[in-house]
Amino acid sequence: MVDLLLAQSAFPEAMSQHVLAHYLFVSAAMFTIGLVGFLTRRNLIIMFLCTEMMFQAAGIALIAFSRFHLNYEGQTFVIFVLTVAAAEAALALALVVFLFRKRDSLSAEAWAEMKG
Amino acid sequence: MTMLSMPLGALSNLVAAADGPYIATGEAPQWVALIPALPLLGAVLCLICACLNVKNKAPGYLTVGLLAGSFVTTLVAFLGGTDNYGVATIFRWIHASIGADSGTSLVSNFAFYFDGLSMLWMLFVTGLATVIGLYSSEYMSGDKGLGYCRFFFAFNVFVFSMSCLVMADNLLLLFLGWEGVGLCSYLLIGYYYKKPEAVAAAKKAFIINRIGDLGLLMAIGATFVVFGTVELRPLFEMIAAGIDANGEAIGGTWAVVVIPLLLTAGAFGKSAQLFFYVWLPDAMEGPTPVSALIHAATMVTAGVYLIARMFPLYAADDAMIALTVVAWAGAITAFWAATIEFAQYDIKRIMGYSTISQLGFMFAGLGLLGTTGAVFHVFTHAFFKATLFLCCGAVMHGFGGQLSLRRLSGVMWMKGFGITAVCMLIGCLSLSGVPFTAGYFSKDMILAQAFATPGDMIGGAYFIGLLLLLTAAMTAYYTFRVFFRVFVGPKYFEPGDDDHGDDHGDDHGDDHSHAHDAAKEEPGDALHTGFHPHAPGWAMNTAMVLLAVGTIVIASLYFVNKKEDHGWAGTMVKYSSAAYASPGLGHKGDGEKKDEAVGLLPADAEAGAVMPVSLVAEGVVADEDATAKASGTLFGYDPFKIMYYVSAVLGLIGIIAAAWFHGPKGLAGLGIGNRVEPAKVRMDAVAARFGPIPRWAENKWYVDELYHIVFVKVLLVSSHIYHAIDKLVIDGIVDLLGSLPRWLGSLLRPSQSGVLHSYATGMVAGSAVLVALIVLVALL
Repeated sequence: MVDLLLAQSAFPEAMSQHVLAHYLFVSAAMFTIGLVGFLTRRNLIIMFLCTEMMFQAAGIALIAFSRFHLNYEGQTFVIFVLTVAAAEAALALALVVFLFRKRDSLSAEAWAEMKG
Repeated sequence: MTMLSMPLGALSNLVAAADGPYIATGEAPQWVALIPALPLLGAVLCLICACLNVKNKAPGYLTVGLLAGSFVTTLVAFLGGTDNYGVATIFRWIHASIGADSGTSLVSNFAFYFDGLSMLWMLFVTGLATVIGLYSSEYMSGDKGLGYCRFFFAFNVFVFSMSCLVMADNLLLLFLGWEGVGLCSYLLIGYYYKKPEAVAAAKKAFIINRIGDLGLLMAIGATFVVFGTVELRPLFEMIAAGIDANGEAIGGTWAVVVIPLLLTAGAFGKSAQLFFYVWLPDAMEGPTPVSALIHAATMVTAGVYLIARMFPLYAADDAMIALTVVAWAGAITAFWAATIEFAQYDIKRIMGYSTISQLGFMFAGLGLLGTTGAVFHVFTHAFFKATLFLCCGAVMHGFGGQLSLRRLSGVMWMKGFGITAVCMLIGCLSLSGVPFTAGYFSKDMILAQAFATPGDMIGGAYFIGLLLLLTAAMTAYYTFRVFFRVFVGPKYFEPGDDDHGDDHGDDHGDDHSHAHDAAKEEPGDALHTGFHPHAPGWAMNTAMVLLAVGTIVIASLYFVNKKEDHGWAGTMVKYSSAAYASPGLGHKGDGEKKDEAVGLLPADAEAGAVMPVSLVAEGVVADEDATAKASGTLFGYDPFKIMYYVSAVLGLIGIIAAAWFHGPKGLAGLGIGNRVEPAKVRMDAVAARFGPIPRWAENKWYVDELYHIVFVKVLLVSSHIYHAIDKLVIDGIVDLLGSLPRWLGSLLRPSQSGVLHSYATGMVAGSAVLVALIVLVALL
């Protein structure tokens, strides 16, 4: 089975561990930037972009491991994730527009309805 | 009954069992179900009329028609004689097995038990209901529409419940009917629900009845515990054999004392005896036909019926404790109610107290072992008291709800009231016990029984007799006090403040012109221009005449089967559970009628009992086997003979006293009265000599006030105490438990800031801790 996959693959060679580390570093860096941005910024659109960035960081890690293990399920999964992310982006931005109209502000601090 | 097959040798002291009360063993025809079914149909039709918003007299006439059908059915069943006596099972009702393996089961079918007692009761219940229904169709016409439908609905349901009560084959169905009549009584007393007095009276009647009903319910429970059944036939068979469900003798056990006493409590509640009587006078707030039917003729006799029905159980107690209680309570109530009547001025209330008093006579009769007299008195009383009430109702109806003795006079001479007055006179004569009236014969049987029953059977029977004799004279006085003041004498009236009459124009259109002419002559009318009394119309007159004629005719029933059974009522009682060879009456010709099982005799009947004077004298009792008890005498004569003269004299004394104190001048006052003004009588001067006593009597000896303090106030205070305990202790504990989660929550609440970043930070911090843990675990 593995032989068959290798034969059909356009990149029959496995990625080295060294190269994998680079990819993972980029992924971790993106995730951290997104996380820090999410925690520090108050603008709802920026915060949403930060979550998207964390999302993509996870995607990069998935693809890298997929390539490393020569297992294409990870890459397939990322394609689905991207689709969902696109739909979710539309929804999230619609919500942000809605929230903006209510308060005339994009600040996340304008909202504290759930205070206990 | 398996327990009956046990050897009777163990019950040698119960030899009388073979000669027990009459038990209807046959099968009654199924069509007797029509008797309760027709009024039930009537109730449904009245409901439909209410839904269709019928505004004419259709519900009234429908009711009368269906009740007449019910009466005819009863009559056909009656004419069938003893062949129809027995049980008719209409459908299975309650079949419940009790306990896991004991095999005991509570069987209570929707079945009817027919014997002389239920037959006699059904005859006058359905008969009077028909006649009074006819009367009501006119009397209630002021309320045509929903009120009219409501009235006849309750009327029908009442007759249905009463037939269930009377014909019940088991105590549970009897209880159903018992509660049903109580409910209808409540609904009809409170018919004028906008009148606070009527609502209060309805509640009072209902609540006081509930107290008695508790006794009845406990009695039914105890009966089931002791006898393992609530069905009458097996019950009577066991009582006749003197055994309980386990085959043990019941004589001398608690069962024969406690169960009758509990039944008595129920009977006292329903029949307004002793401490329970206070609801009945107030019940007169209801429409008069209701007072006539429910609170005089039928429902209030349910207590008498209950005791008569369960008489074998009462008689099973050798000491006769319960019967002594019944006799004394009846006599005391009869006397007590009569004293209150002396000073009452509301004619309907006088009749209400009179009912209590007469019920007292019936209870005394039962307690004195004279079931025949008591049952006959129930029958005659139903007729003459219904007549009296209907006549009072006609007066009330005609004079705008005026009921005061002092504001009415000479009604007889007013146009259109002649029939009313004559019927009233017939009723009064019967209630007073004037010779050859129905009330005379029936009351005499009870009075004589009091002297015939020896004191060692019923303690103080002689004194009960004296009390009842005194009450009989008082009865004649208070009855004719009403007649002499309201119906004869100078013409005078003041209309009542009831607007009852004003919306009557359409019904009495033709009467109005006559009534108006009559009104012009009334001296009292000058003050009340515009009011004119309206005389009763054809329906009310027909009903009153029917009942008055009935009152006269039923007197003859005393002579039916006189030799054998002491009158028609005696024949009916003979074939019923109330059959009892009462002292003085015994049962004649016992020898040849042994198989008919005439009367229950106490086991200790003395062999050498003295024969009743009359029976020996007449040579009727030659039979050595006759087991009549020793009987007492009055002035050395047979009380059943001499009472004809004694009570006649007392009744006439009462009437003459009434004529002297209240009668009008002239022939109508028997020539001795001197009343020329409507409300000025000789009695006023006499009453003034008694100081405050007449006022106390007028206020009903302040019994209501006493009850108010002893029961109502105590309940009120204790309910306030309970309220405080509820508020402070119960609510306090619950509130304390409830506040605990809230307090815990308030500790955690600050963590929910509602700000997005704090949640995000929390989440990141949590994830970080989780990752750190995983790393730590991995490293270690």
